[in-house]
Amino acid sequence: MTDVLDRTASPVRSAPGRRPFWTTRRRDQLTAYAFITPALLGALAFVFLPLVLVVWYSLHEWNVLADTFNFVGAENYRKLADDPNVPAVLRATAFFSIGLVVLNLALALLLAVLLNQKLRGTTFFRVLFFSPVVVSLLAWTIVWGFLLQDNGGLNGLLDAIGIDGPNWLRSGGTAMASVVIVQVFKNVGLNMVLFLAALQGVPQELYEAARTDGAGPWTIFRRITLPLISPTILLTSIITVVGSLQVFAQISVLTQGGPGTSTTVLVYYLYQQAFQFHAFGYGATLSVVLFLIVLALTVLQWQMRKRWVFHEH
Amino acid sequence: MRKTISIAATVALLGALTACGGGEAESSGPVTLRMTTWSANPDHVKLFDAIAADYKTTHPDVTVQFDALPFESYTTTVTTQIAGGNAPDIAWILEGAAPDFVASGALTPLDESIDDAADLAPTATALWKQDGKLMAYPFSTSPFGVFVNTDLVKKAGQKLPAGDEWTWDNAAKVAAATASKTGKQGLVVRDFDYKDWTNLATVFRGWGAEAWTADGKTCGFDQQPMIDAMTFLHKAIFTDKALPAPGVAADFFAGESAMTIAQISRASLLKEDGFGWALVPLPAGPSGGYSVIGQGGIGVLKKGKNASAAQEFVKFFTSPANSEKLAQFFPPPRKSQLNADTLAKANPLLKPEQLQDVVIDGIENGVVKPSHAGSAEINQAVRSGLDPLWKPDADVAGVLKGVCAAINPLLAK
Repeated sequence: MTDVLDRTASPVRSAPGRRPFWTTRRRDQLTAYAFITPALLGALAFVFLPLVLVVWYSLHEWNVLADTFNFVGAENYRKLADDPNVPAVLRATAFFSIGLVVLNLALALLLAVLLNQKLRGTTFFRVLFFSPVVVSLLAWTIVWGFLLQDNGGLNGLLDAIGIDGPNWLRSGGTAMASVVIVQVFKNVGLNMVLFLAALQGVPQELYEAARTDGAGPWTIFRRITLPLISPTILLTSIITVVGSLQVFAQISVLTQGGPGTSTTVLVYYLYQQAFQFHAFGYGATLSVVLFLIVLALTVLQWQMRKRWVFHEH
Repeated sequence: MRKTISIAATVALLGALTACGGGEAESSGPVTLRMTTWSANPDHVKLFDAIAADYKTTHPDVTVQFDALPFESYTTTVTTQIAGGNAPDIAWILEGAAPDFVASGALTPLDESIDDAADLAPTATALWKQDGKLMAYPFSTSPFGVFVNTDLVKKAGQKLPAGDEWTWDNAAKVAAATASKTGKQGLVVRDFDYKDWTNLATVFRGWGAEAWTADGKTCGFDQQPMIDAMTFLHKAIFTDKALPAPGVAADFFAGESAMTIAQISRASLLKEDGFGWALVPLPAGPSGGYSVIGQGGIGVLKKGKNASAAQEFVKFFTSPANSEKLAQFFPPPRKSQLNADTLAKANPLLKPEQLQDVVIDGIENGVVKPSHAGSAEINQAVRSGLDPLWKPDADVAGVLKGVCAAINPLLAK
């Protein structure tokens, strides 16, 4: 320590002919590290450390009440393989994610294309579709919970036009679809804005040239628009896929995983195991699985970008 | 200058020494005890604070903080706090979580910390004992009764059946007729909402049905009494429309239903200038009369930082004098206080015969709602197993068989 202090205090006094330790380059580096240290410490404490700890916990049986924390090796992973609920949970997760990603991206793109026209009132509709994004997720979900009750607002509307609406959140067929649609409307505005920005970045000359060559609207969309906005499609699909795997509040508020286990997605199941059934070790195991799934999907999408994303050839 | 420094050093050294001494002997020095509850009701909080202030007059070093947590996630929150190394010193415990807390060794035995323990009713303490030791004190032993909106029933031209006529069949008839004539709901099993099925014990025990055998090892859902009870309930919901259908919200205390099954502590939700009401015991089922109680216990957590100070405060909090004060909200487990006089003073809303029929008889004969070790997981399995029942065309016996298939492995654990 003193050594370092001495050198900082008197770099000039080092032996003649030797380069001083504190070169401009080193000083710059030190300054840079000093600037990123707070963020780095934050990431270490709240991202990397928990990640490592979760893997460590997953190798233990941890009963909080009895205060036991025993190393059990791969036991939790064997339990995972034998758990009769896991196939249903993975099915529900896949159903939610695929439903959300497909509907969200398709609707966002459709809205973006429609609202990219030079017509009166498009600003109003852009604001309208974007506004749910800034609404609190919980408030949005709770209000939808009321609307979707058997005697709620939606069935009231349907009743007025002579349709006997289903019990949206309580029947196996409609519960998951309801959760997906509530979530699509919540976040479609964000993807819509990203798509709008991308659409406005497509050079007009290309459209003009295509029209001159006699291309119809569908061909123009497929051959020019889609390839040119493909980087944005990649970005939005990664964000949406990763986000869809983290769905929790919506399930917790609307269905609590029911009816049966039809809406018990992976995050909700791990919450149940860890925080309701007090099986923290097994909960950690499920977190590791979730982490691996998200990692695999992201890597896959990143690899596939070379095939279909413009600019990446 | 040098003198000032040496004085400062001496003072600092002395301070450090005294601080060390304080750390070793737990009782000396100011202590803040944290007690988690699931009630943020201002009247309850006022009473708790008054008891804590009272305690401070004899124990000036002890401050008690009441930490009201949301009821729905109460046990989850407390366990997470324990896992995070932030265990409360004293915690309320729900009857459903009692077997887990009592058996786990997370609690300090309270036998030494209860004044006049012989006064506690054995039916009240049964759930809270482990190897004969009292692990938590059942501060609230609250029977379920039926609240009736007499204005609504009268408006529908119905009469509330009394005496031997007060059976499940007749109760369902009145509820259905009132619902169809007033456009409101009939009978609401409060807090059931097609999720917390343990509240259905207030119905199925009228058929002598049980969720599992007393030893907790054999599932009772596929047994004939349960099939009969659930067939009755299914018909009452979907054919007679005596109970609100799944997903239909109705609050009795806001005047939205004719009757509700609830704990008597809910009487505090009745408004003075509201509708006319009555409180009656649970209707008799085919197997006769019965009563069901819900409980809350107070336990001292071993992992809390001030266990011995916490134990002393619990002794004060549960003393006969304070138990009498608490009785206005929480029916006490003390036999000497289970009489209409004491309870009438504390519950001015209830008439003496209501107190006798519902509260006193209820506590003496009552059976606590279903509970089991690992109850959260079992309850979740039963809930999802019962979901297919809540459809108009459900196969009752088949669904109940499925419930047993789902929970048998968990009961055997």
